[in-house]
Amino acid sequence: MADAAGLSADLLPPKFQAWFAGRGWAPRAHQLEMVAKGRTGQDALLIAPTGGGKTLAGFLPSLIEIAERPPANSPRGLHTLYISPLKALAVDVERNLNAPILEMGLPIVAESRTGDTGIARRQRQRVKPPDILLTTPEQLALLCAWEGARLYFEDLRCVILDEIHTLHASKRGDLLALDLARLQQLAPHMRRVGLSATVDDPEVIKTWMASHGPNAPSVSFADTSPASGGGTHLPSSSPVPTGEGDPEGVEGALVRHGPQSIALVRGPPGAEPIVDVLLSEGRVPWAGHTAQHAMAEVYDVIRRSKIALIFVNTRFQAEFAFQELWKINDDGLPIALHHGSLAAEQRRKVEAAMARGELRAVVCTSTLDLGIDWGDVDLVIQLASPKGASRMVQRIGRANHRLDEPSRALFVPANRFEMLECQAAREAIAENRLDGDPPRVGALDVLAQHVMGCAVSEPFDLLELYDEVRSAGPYRDLPWEDFEQVVDFVSTGGYALKTYDRFRRIVQGQDGKWRVRNLQIAQRHRLNVGAIVSPAMLSVRIAARGGPNRAGRGGRKIGEVEEGMLEMLDPGDTFVFAGQVWTLVGITNLDVLVSPAANKDPKMPSWGGSKFALSTYLAKRVRQLMFDQSHWAVLPDDVREWLEVQKDKSLIVGEDELLLETFPHRKRHFLVCYPFEGRLAHTTLAMLLTRRLERLGIGPLGFVCNDYAMAIWALEPMDRVDLDALFDQDMLGDDLESWLQESFMMKRAFKGCAIISGLIERRFPGAEAKTGRQITFSTDLIYDVLRRHQPDHLLLRCARDDAATGLIDVARLGDMLHRIAGRIRHAALDHLSPFSVPILLEIGKERSPGDAREMILADAEADLIAEATQ
Amino acid sequence: MNDVRVTEAPIPPPLGEGDRAQHGGGGFSFEASPCGGLSLRVRNTAVVFRPSGALWLAASRTLVVADLHLEKGSAYASRGQLLPPYDTAETLRRLEAEVAALSPAAVVLLGDTFHDRRSEDRLAPDHAARLAGLADGRRLIWVVGNHDADGPRCLPGETADEIALEGLDFRHEPQPGQRPGEVAGHLHPAARVVAARGSVRRRCFVTDGERVILPAFGAYAGGLNIRDRAFAGLFVRSPLAGALGPARVRAVGWRQLADD
Repeated sequence: MADAAGLSADLLPPKFQAWFAGRGWAPRAHQLEMVAKGRTGQDALLIAPTGGGKTLAGFLPSLIEIAERPPANSPRGLHTLYISPLKALAVDVERNLNAPILEMGLPIVAESRTGDTGIARRQRQRVKPPDILLTTPEQLALLCAWEGARLYFEDLRCVILDEIHTLHASKRGDLLALDLARLQQLAPHMRRVGLSATVDDPEVIKTWMASHGPNAPSVSFADTSPASGGGTHLPSSSPVPTGEGDPEGVEGALVRHGPQSIALVRGPPGAEPIVDVLLSEGRVPWAGHTAQHAMAEVYDVIRRSKIALIFVNTRFQAEFAFQELWKINDDGLPIALHHGSLAAEQRRKVEAAMARGELRAVVCTSTLDLGIDWGDVDLVIQLASPKGASRMVQRIGRANHRLDEPSRALFVPANRFEMLECQAAREAIAENRLDGDPPRVGALDVLAQHVMGCAVSEPFDLLELYDEVRSAGPYRDLPWEDFEQVVDFVSTGGYALKTYDRFRRIVQGQDGKWRVRNLQIAQRHRLNVGAIVSPAMLSVRIAARGGPNRAGRGGRKIGEVEEGMLEMLDPGDTFVFAGQVWTLVGITNLDVLVSPAANKDPKMPSWGGSKFALSTYLAKRVRQLMFDQSHWAVLPDDVREWLEVQKDKSLIVGEDELLLETFPHRKRHFLVCYPFEGRLAHTTLAMLLTRRLERLGIGPLGFVCNDYAMAIWALEPMDRVDLDALFDQDMLGDDLESWLQESFMMKRAFKGCAIISGLIERRFPGAEAKTGRQITFSTDLIYDVLRRHQPDHLLLRCARDDAATGLIDVARLGDMLHRIAGRIRHAALDHLSPFSVPILLEIGKERSPGDAREMILADAEADLIAEATQ
Repeated sequence: MNDVRVTEAPIPPPLGEGDRAQHGGGGFSFEASPCGGLSLRVRNTAVVFRPSGALWLAASRTLVVADLHLEKGSAYASRGQLLPPYDTAETLRRLEAEVAALSPAAVVLLGDTFHDRRSEDRLAPDHAARLAGLADGRRLIWVVGNHDADGPRCLPGETADEIALEGLDFRHEPQPGQRPGEVAGHLHPAARVVAARGSVRRRCFVTDGERVILPAFGAYAGGLNIRDRAFAGLFVRSPLAGALGPARVRAVGWRQLADD
C-alpha cells in the first residue's frame, strides 16, 4: 500500500499492520503521513472529511510510540493529551480509542476526564496519570493551574486538538493557545497535532496552533497555494525537516516556530455531497422563518429516509418544527427533539436511542453540529436559512460517515431571500468554497485569567512569562504595555487609585518572582477557571401542588431556559417547551414552574431570532446571484418573477452597491436598504441611523432588521436626505461610542469580561448572606461606578472590544460602509417594492428608539393612574 | 422645628400638566414633585421620595439616607475580590449633591452606613474629611445598623439606635408587624417591573402610607425584591413602590410588580 508521498504500510509496526489487515482495512495515506510526521517529531494539522479515520490518524503516532517504548523502572507521566471542544466527544473518543488498544493488546491506558468525571477517578488520574488523557480546554486550564503541573506534564510528548476549527476563533481558543504555550514550557518535546474536518484557510489555524518564537518572522500568507486533493502541503518557503530519527538530540533542526513549523496533511476529499433545495408545491413564501408551509413534504422525505437529522437555527424553531411534524405524524415515526435547553438526561436519552438505531429523525440545533458518530444518518435537512457554507458542510457531514458515499442534504428555505441564500450556499458547497472565521487577537480578560493560573501553579518571572505568552498565536503581537497592565490588574485590580496594594492577589517575592498571595485566593481561582460565560439559566420544573409560592419548590426538571426568555409571558400563558405545551405557573428564584396545558394552542414566546448571522462570504454570493441575471434561471419561477418585478418597479443593483429605497406606506415614510450583512450589523446600523435622522429632524419612529435588510420609518420623508452623508463611515466614531456606552450590550459584555478576568466570581451576583435571602448585587453597579471613575480601565476596554465584535458586529458594519461609500443606488418610489415586502411583514416586532426601560416604568405608572381615574 | 417651605433644587425635568395633578392610584395619594421625586404622606407627615433614593422631610429640612455601605469595595478586596475602589467616592458624591441641593438642617444616616466594623479604618483620609464635612453647620445623626452597630469612632455627629422626628420613628431595621409611622432601611428594597418589551429592576421606596422603607443609597448596595417574604406582614395593604429612574421616581402599583 503506497501513495503519492511514497509512504508504505511498513511505517507501521507489525502488530498494527496485522490489526488493519484483520479488520479488512488498509491504512489510509493521511494516516501513514501522520505516523511519518510523528516519527520526525513534527507538528501537524490534519484536514480530512468526516468518516476518513481522522481521529485514528491523530492517535496512531502516539499509540505506536507508547507501544514501542522500552519498559521503564519508574512510573511514567502523561504521554498524550487530547483536547475536545465537547465533553461528550471526549467520552466518545475514549470509547473509540480503546477498541484498537484492546484489540491489539497494547499496554496503554487511555482515559477521559471531564467536569462529569467522578472525584475518585479524577484523584487517581492526578496521582497516577494515564498514558493518554482525553479532556476539554476548561479541564486543561484547571490542570495547568495545579501546583505541580510542571511535574505532571514533564513527560508529555503530544497534544491533539480535535475539531480545531470550532475552537480557535473564540475566547476558549485564546485560553487554549495560552495553555499550549504553558505546556510547551513544561514539556519542551511536546508535539502539537490539530484535527479538523472543515477549514477554509488552514494558515489561520496553523498560525493559531503554532508556537511563535521571540524572533519569529511576521506571518505571511502570500506563499500558500491551495492544496489539491490528498498529499502533504508544505509552504514552499519552509525547509523540509531534516531532523529525522532523533528530534530530541537535534532540537532546532526542525522549524520550531511560526505556522511554517506545522505540516499540513490532507485526507482524500470525500465524495461530493448531494444537496437539493426543496421547492414546496413550486412556491416560496414571501416571509417567515419557520418553513411551516413545507412540513408535509419534509415529513414525506423523512418517511423515505433511514435516519434524518433536521437542523434548525434556534431552539424556538426546533420546538416549532417538532410540534408541526408530530401533528402530521400519521405513521407514528419515532421523531425526537434535541437542543441545548433540554435537560442533559433527556438529551443523553435521545442520543442513546439514536445510537441504537431506534429513531427515524431528530430535530436539533447546533448541539448536534459536532462530533459523535452515529453511523446510519443518511439525510440532513436544513430548515430555513443555512447562514454559512462552512456550518452547512459540517452539518451535511453528519450524514453518512462512510467516505466513499456522498452525503445527502436537503435545504428547505422559509422565504424568498432564504431561497437565494440556499441556492448560493449550494453552489458554494459544490465549489468547496467555505467561509471562515477571521484570525483574532487574544482577549486580555482571558490573559488575566491565565496569568493568575500561572501564579497559582508556580512562581513566575515576568519577562519569561511575557515571552511564553507571546509564543501563543493569538498573543504573538501582544505589546509589553498591555501585558504589564494585565499583570497589574491581576495583582491589584489595575486601579488608578492605589488603595489595594495591601490586598494584592499576586505578590513579587525576594527572588523577583510573582506568586499567589495565599491558598484561599488560589482555591478561588480554580473554581472560576474557563472562558465560557453562559447566561444565567432558569430551570424549567413541573410545579408541585400548592402553587409556586407556598410549596416553594418545583418538581421534576424538564430543562433550562435563558433568563429573560420567558419574560413576555404572564402566569397562565401557554408555551411550547421540550415538545409539549405548558402553562406558566410562576417564576421563583431560579425555577420556572409549569404545568401541562390542556389547551394545545400555545401562545408562543418569542425566543429571539437566529443565533447565527449570515456569513460574510455567503452574503457576498447572494449579492452576486441577485446581480447576475443570467444566473436567475436556476431559481424557482415565483422567486425569479419576484426579482423581475423588483427590477421593473425598483432596482437591482451591482454586487458592491447598496440598494436603498424610500417610499410612503400607511401614512409613514420608509427607508429600506439591503446590505445583507446579518441582523447584528443591521441593528447597529439602524440604531446609528435613527440617531442621525433624529438630529436631521426626520422623526424616526421605529426600525426592523433581519439578516438581509433594514427598514426605518419616520414622520417625515427621507428622499431628500443626503444619503452619502447619512451612511458616512464617521458614524462609527462619536455616534457609535456615545450609543455604545449607554447600551445594555456594554453591560452584558462587561459582565462576561469581569467573570473571565476573575474580577468577580461565577456565582456572583451572589447572595450576600442576609438571613438567607438573595440580595442581587449586579455587575451593572460596578460598571457604572468604574465608567465614571476610571473610564480607561482595562476591563472597560475588553468589554468595548467584545461588544463591538460579538454583540453589534462593528467590524462588519465598517467593512460594509467602506464597500458602499459612493455606491448607494437610491430608488425613490411611490409605494413599496417587491423586495421590501418580507421585511415589512416583520414589523410588529420592531423596537422603538429611545429609552425603552424608562418607558416601561412610565407605562406602569400610567396604568396605576388610569386605574385610579376609571 | 424649622417651618420653612421646601426650596427644591432646580433640577428641571419638564413635567406635563397631568403630572402635577394629584393621583390616587391603588388608593394612594401621591404627586410628582418638581425635583422629579414623589411627594406623599407617611402617616400625616409630608415626605418626598427623591430620585437619588434619599427621603426629604421638608418641614424639618431633614435629609434621610439608608444603607450607604461605605467601603464595601475594600471589604471584598480584603478577601481577594478586587472590585473597583470607587464606591465610597461615588456614594459620597451623590450624598454631597443632595446636601448641596437641599441645604438640610439635619442629615440622618439610617444605619449600615459602613459595610463592616473595619470600614472606618479603611476609609481614605479625604473621604473621612468629606464625611466629617457633612456635620458642618448641621446635625449629623448616625442611626446604627447591623453592619455598624457601634457607630463611628472618630467621625463627628450624634449616634442613636433610633430617633423620632416630625411624628415619625427612624430606625435601621424595620420592626416586624405593622408599625405606623416607622421609617427604616436595612432591606434594600428593589422592584421588578415586567412589560412586553422587557423588564426593569430598580431600587425603590416602598410604603403603604403608614410606614416607609428606604432604598439602599450606597453605590455597591444590592437590592432585594419587595415581593420577597422579608417584606411580608409589614404593610397594612399592598404597598406602593417608588422606583428610582435617572431623574424621576415612578409610582408603581403592586399588581405591576414581578418576582425576580
